Amino acid sequence: METSQKASSLINENGLRMDGRRLDELRPVKIEVGVLGNADGSAYIEQGKNKILAAVYGPREVHPRHLALPDRALLRCRYHMAPFSVEERKPPAPSRREMELSKVIREALEPSVFVEYYPRTSIDIFMEVLQADGGTRCASITVASLALADAGIPLRDLVAACASGKVEGHLVLDLDDAEDKKGEADVPLAFMPNLNAITLLQMDGMLSVEEFEQAVNLALKGCKQMYELQKETLRVKYVAVKEEVAEE
Amino acid sequence: MTYSIVAASLKQKQIAQSVSRGKRLDERGLTDYREIRIEPGIVERAEGSARVRLGKTEVMVGVKIDKGEPFPDVPNEGVLTVNAELVPLASPTFEPGPPDENSIELARVVDRGIRESKTIDLEKLCIVPGKRAFVVFVDIYVLNHDGNLIDASAIAALAALLSTKVFNYEVENGEVKIKPGYTQLPMRNYPIAVTFAKIQDKLIMDPSLEEEQVMDARLTVTLEKDGRVCAMQKGGYGYFTVSQVLEAVKMAQEKAEELRKIVVGG
Amino acid sequence: MPIFCEKRQLVMPGDLLAEGDYSAGDNTYRENNKIYATRVGLADYDKRGLYVVALKAFYIPNVGDLVIGKVVEVGFGNWTLDIRAPYLATLRASDALDRPFKPQQDDLPSIFDVGDLVLAKIVAYDRTQDPLLTVREEGLGKITKGQIIEIAPTKIPRVIGRKGSMISMLKKETVCQITVGQNGSILVKGNTSEDERLAIMAIRKIEQEAHTSGLTDRVTEMIRKEKGGVGNVPESK
Repeated sequence: METSQKASSLINENGLRMDGRRLDELRPVKIEVGVLGNADGSAYIEQGKNKILAAVYGPREVHPRHLALPDRALLRCRYHMAPFSVEERKPPAPSRREMELSKVIREALEPSVFVEYYPRTSIDIFMEVLQADGGTRCASITVASLALADAGIPLRDLVAACASGKVEGHLVLDLDDAEDKKGEADVPLAFMPNLNAITLLQMDGMLSVEEFEQAVNLALKGCKQMYELQKETLRVKYVAVKEEVAEE
Repeated sequence: MTYSIVAASLKQKQIAQSVSRGKRLDERGLTDYREIRIEPGIVERAEGSARVRLGKTEVMVGVKIDKGEPFPDVPNEGVLTVNAELVPLASPTFEPGPPDENSIELARVVDRGIRESKTIDLEKLCIVPGKRAFVVFVDIYVLNHDGNLIDASAIAALAALLSTKVFNYEVENGEVKIKPGYTQLPMRNYPIAVTFAKIQDKLIMDPSLEEEQVMDARLTVTLEKDGRVCAMQKGGYGYFTVSQVLEAVKMAQEKAEELRKIVVGG
Repeated sequence: MPIFCEKRQLVMPGDLLAEGDYSAGDNTYRENNKIYATRVGLADYDKRGLYVVALKAFYIPNVGDLVIGKVVEVGFGNWTLDIRAPYLATLRASDALDRPFKPQQDDLPSIFDVGDLVLAKIVAYDRTQDPLLTVREEGLGKITKGQIIEIAPTKIPRVIGRKGSMISMLKKETVCQITVGQNGSILVKGNTSEDERLAIMAIRKIEQEAHTSGLTDRVTEMIRKEKGGVGNVPESK
């Protein structure tokens, strides 16, 4: 069944998007940390209509044993979408896209973790997308990084992620699903501000080299805003438990 | 005969020292590619094929065309699907079994280059809108892994597509009938992937396996014929700074021009 | 050479603490002449350098630590114990027997079986091997009486208190033997299970209110109220 589509524009004459956002505006974000009882660390994010839960188990013994690395922790990541998270039910078995995203997300988070401190262990990160509306890999990285901090795993920095792209000729920040599908380009990026380190960078679509440079700078702007939100989330949770620890 | 992929730390030091002096162990400059040899049409039974050797890395791509159905959201287009197999004979580290994350990533990065640049004129592959269309299967088969599988596979895929012939047909009573003769696969673009490894904060192109084992991170930039970026993928445990990314894109633009001439000619 | 944080300031991973020639203490790291925090915690500094007291951290074994572990596997000539750390710990049969293990004679499950709780000390631990335990000291061995309470390992210092003030008070007020494992497991042994319950209640309160001041007094008051008498705030020692 095809819905007939009028040429509905994603960006109107005032430069506003379908949900009323400006071109360089993030969707509304809500983040919470320490939401699951069993996991060593956990966090939950809502970004626009995205709802994503992340949990960390570890460092713990590696199963199966033969995968253990002698000099560092093994970082394992599983990005998975719930069958009910998208418009058309998605079969539960991992798709090729989920496997690729699990890999790139792991590679985005790994530079932040001091894996060399815990040889022969594994640190397992699980991300479940409960509702998806574009930009889930970036939101997953942002929330997984907080789950790592919540697990007390030593980190070089938090990793914050955000995507930019081109829609109807304009460079925009934080594309939702409709913008991603119909737009001309999508550039997801993850960043560790302290080390000026880009740990995730992908692109699909078509951009001139100049446009690409602008897109990177726009995505970085989004990352920095997500980073502040991450810190605020931790602050809010821990300011209530500031301890006076006895001196030895 | 070595079964281990653990790089000897001495070798790591050698490579690191060498790179910081602007040279690589095999005497290449930091932006030199290894020798590229392309043999198109090597599998006659396939509609298109090519074997590419990039140094000792060897990849074969076969293109098969079949009749199928278009996707419901794009009823006027043919279908492209890219798959990759890292077969066990290519490396002591490849195990038999279903595609793992590396072969999936390889397939998807090559796919993006072809798809986003609209390399294949998919509209010309529509037979009966909404009902029948040609499906182009691009299968990447890695035969020997000596580093930079992405660029080798992308070149092989492009060369295979350039050699691909689609059978002639006519539609009779809604049925597709094959006629004798072939037409060249309609192509509009020629994407080239350029992959960098970051070692000692330097960007080196076309990393060999040894170099991949010691690199911090990897960045692939795919450019289409007019110099626009159509795909990008960062890989590996490390990271790139913003200026390294922007520098890499500019370097890739130049190199892609060179490589495109080798694959497409002229 | 600036320090960017205040004493006891809440910091999080990646926060810049100082720039310059300082040493990077606990839960910090140094990069490009700057010191950053690696965990959520309270930053502090002394003449040795900067450090962070972590608010959320898991237990990492140290040689000499007293721990309470649970047997999860009986092996050949050893037991494997879960000590609530990233690594499982090993207890050799020869250590428990105080002589070489004789496979024909010795029935390991009759000494410690799966599920048993053991009070032990860590004798060896480094990057290449899992922690090794001993039960050869006075007081160590299988736990047969009392109750166990598990708290976050970061709260253990609070349960002990400054110069042991909190734990001495607890022992006195609840008339219980309290053995604190560095891995966050605490053994409480009293004459009655009621006394033990009181001690556990008190420890839970300490865990929850570890961040507040005047805790010793409040816990004492709570215990006394529970025991039935009118709570008098004791004189502080």
